[in-house]
Amino acid sequence: MRYSAWQLLKNGLTGGKSWAPIWRNPEPKKKYDIIIIGGGGHGLATAYYLAKNHGINNVAVLEKGYLGGGNVGRNTTIVRANYLLDGNSQFFSHSLKLWEGMEKELNFNTMMSQRGILSLGHSDGQMDGLARRGNMMISQGDDAELLSKEELSELVPYVNQDDPRFPIYGGLLHKRGGTARHDAVAWGYARAADRQGVDIIQNCEVTGMVINNGRITGLQTNQGIIMADKIGMAVAGRTSQVASMAGLKLPIESHVLQAFVSEGLKPCIDCEISWGAELFYISQSDKGGLVFGGDIDKYNTYAARGNLPAVENVMEAAMALMPMIGRAKVLRSWGGIVDMTMDGSPIIDKTSITGLYIDGGWCYGGFKATPASGWCFAHLLATEKHHEVAEKFKLNRFEKGYLLDEEATGATPNLH
Amino acid sequence: MRICCPICGERDLREFHYEGSSKLIDRPEMGAGLVEFHDYLHLRDNPAGINEELWSHEYGCRGWLLVRRNTITHEILSIKLAKDSSSQRKKNET
Repeated sequence: MRYSAWQLLKNGLTGGKSWAPIWRNPEPKKKYDIIIIGGGGHGLATAYYLAKNHGINNVAVLEKGYLGGGNVGRNTTIVRANYLLDGNSQFFSHSLKLWEGMEKELNFNTMMSQRGILSLGHSDGQMDGLARRGNMMISQGDDAELLSKEELSELVPYVNQDDPRFPIYGGLLHKRGGTARHDAVAWGYARAADRQGVDIIQNCEVTGMVINNGRITGLQTNQGIIMADKIGMAVAGRTSQVASMAGLKLPIESHVLQAFVSEGLKPCIDCEISWGAELFYISQSDKGGLVFGGDIDKYNTYAARGNLPAVENVMEAAMALMPMIGRAKVLRSWGGIVDMTMDGSPIIDKTSITGLYIDGGWCYGGFKATPASGWCFAHLLATEKHHEVAEKFKLNRFEKGYLLDEEATGATPNLH
Repeated sequence: MRICCPICGERDLREFHYEGSSKLIDRPEMGAGLVEFHDYLHLRDNPAGINEELWSHEYGCRGWLLVRRNTITHEILSIKLAKDSSSQRKKNET
């Protein structure tokens, strides 16, 4: 069924009886052309673009839990293209363009809201940095606007500009950035991929890989052995573990990133604000909850929950940025496992095992990359060539010294 | 998470700095090749389970600690001073 205002009206009047499940639950076939491990945003987008852009429909997506139950359902839903470095900049610019066309493309309401992303500066040096970043964004074809203190007072009057420790000097506004409904992105890609003939197989955990003479030919799963010509991994925080089944060791550490939601409040924050003194960001969901988060917990972990010092840090940052937040109650918090690379940038590449491909290392920024990650990974799987906007995301860049280190902190995953 | 420093006793997580895998102790020799240095600097086992790692008691005795910790439960299995372990490693080599 194609969704439209007419369908909504018709089903609204008839008690919603003709809404059908939006993807099938097929049994796995014996063999596929391509299998994607991981039914999150990136995996589903990859499967969709394999079918849509490259005409490869004999594809399965294996998900160990339920669809959209991983990081695509655990993030803070921010979409932006404000990267600095050559390589990242082109990629995220491409991604934002795909976000802008996503609802039409998928015929699904992903609630894409380009409400603007505001990054704050707290010193002359930081303002110079923001101006430079803005110029890079503009030269890439994206938008950026440097705002003065006075302009900020109009845009975000509730922000404490005169905090003695971190006074605010100005900000950089990226108007095309914003938020999208994260679950809807997974569901939209799943539905669109399913309609192209892709098999989405849930509760299917990969337990081993069938590798002969350096070539992968299939996967052992809890639903039996499934063969494929090519296999792509898109498993976020579990990248190291899945890759270790093929004996691969990666430049990745898994860390936990926590996020928080307040009780529902009347509309007050109409953009996404990133504090510049430390890593802290906040936006307001359509339901009214303030959605905010900060830095990762900084030690290796696979526990999808964090520790209190990181919580304290986030709350302190929130209070410093907008003291009015002290009246709101935190409703819930959660943690997601992120695959932090040694330079803070992602990997989309072949591996040393023929037929095995990797899409990972998205650190704490995988959500905004979802469409372009799928687009570029599908391109690599189908054509064996790197897509032009993802050609710097090679696995061997660490060995060769071509790092994409946005934060310039070196090989320290917990500082990116 | 609370960490029991061998010198200072049990302290709050906030006093500690996490450096990374304990493999950082075993720096390759000066003449080692690209492969060894790449492995040392970039590649990690990243286990879901027991991880051997380096912490520093930054806001305490500033000692470097070798910690065996479960990355799924956050349970700490053993802690010793990295200094002792490091000299032990040297002894084993010679």
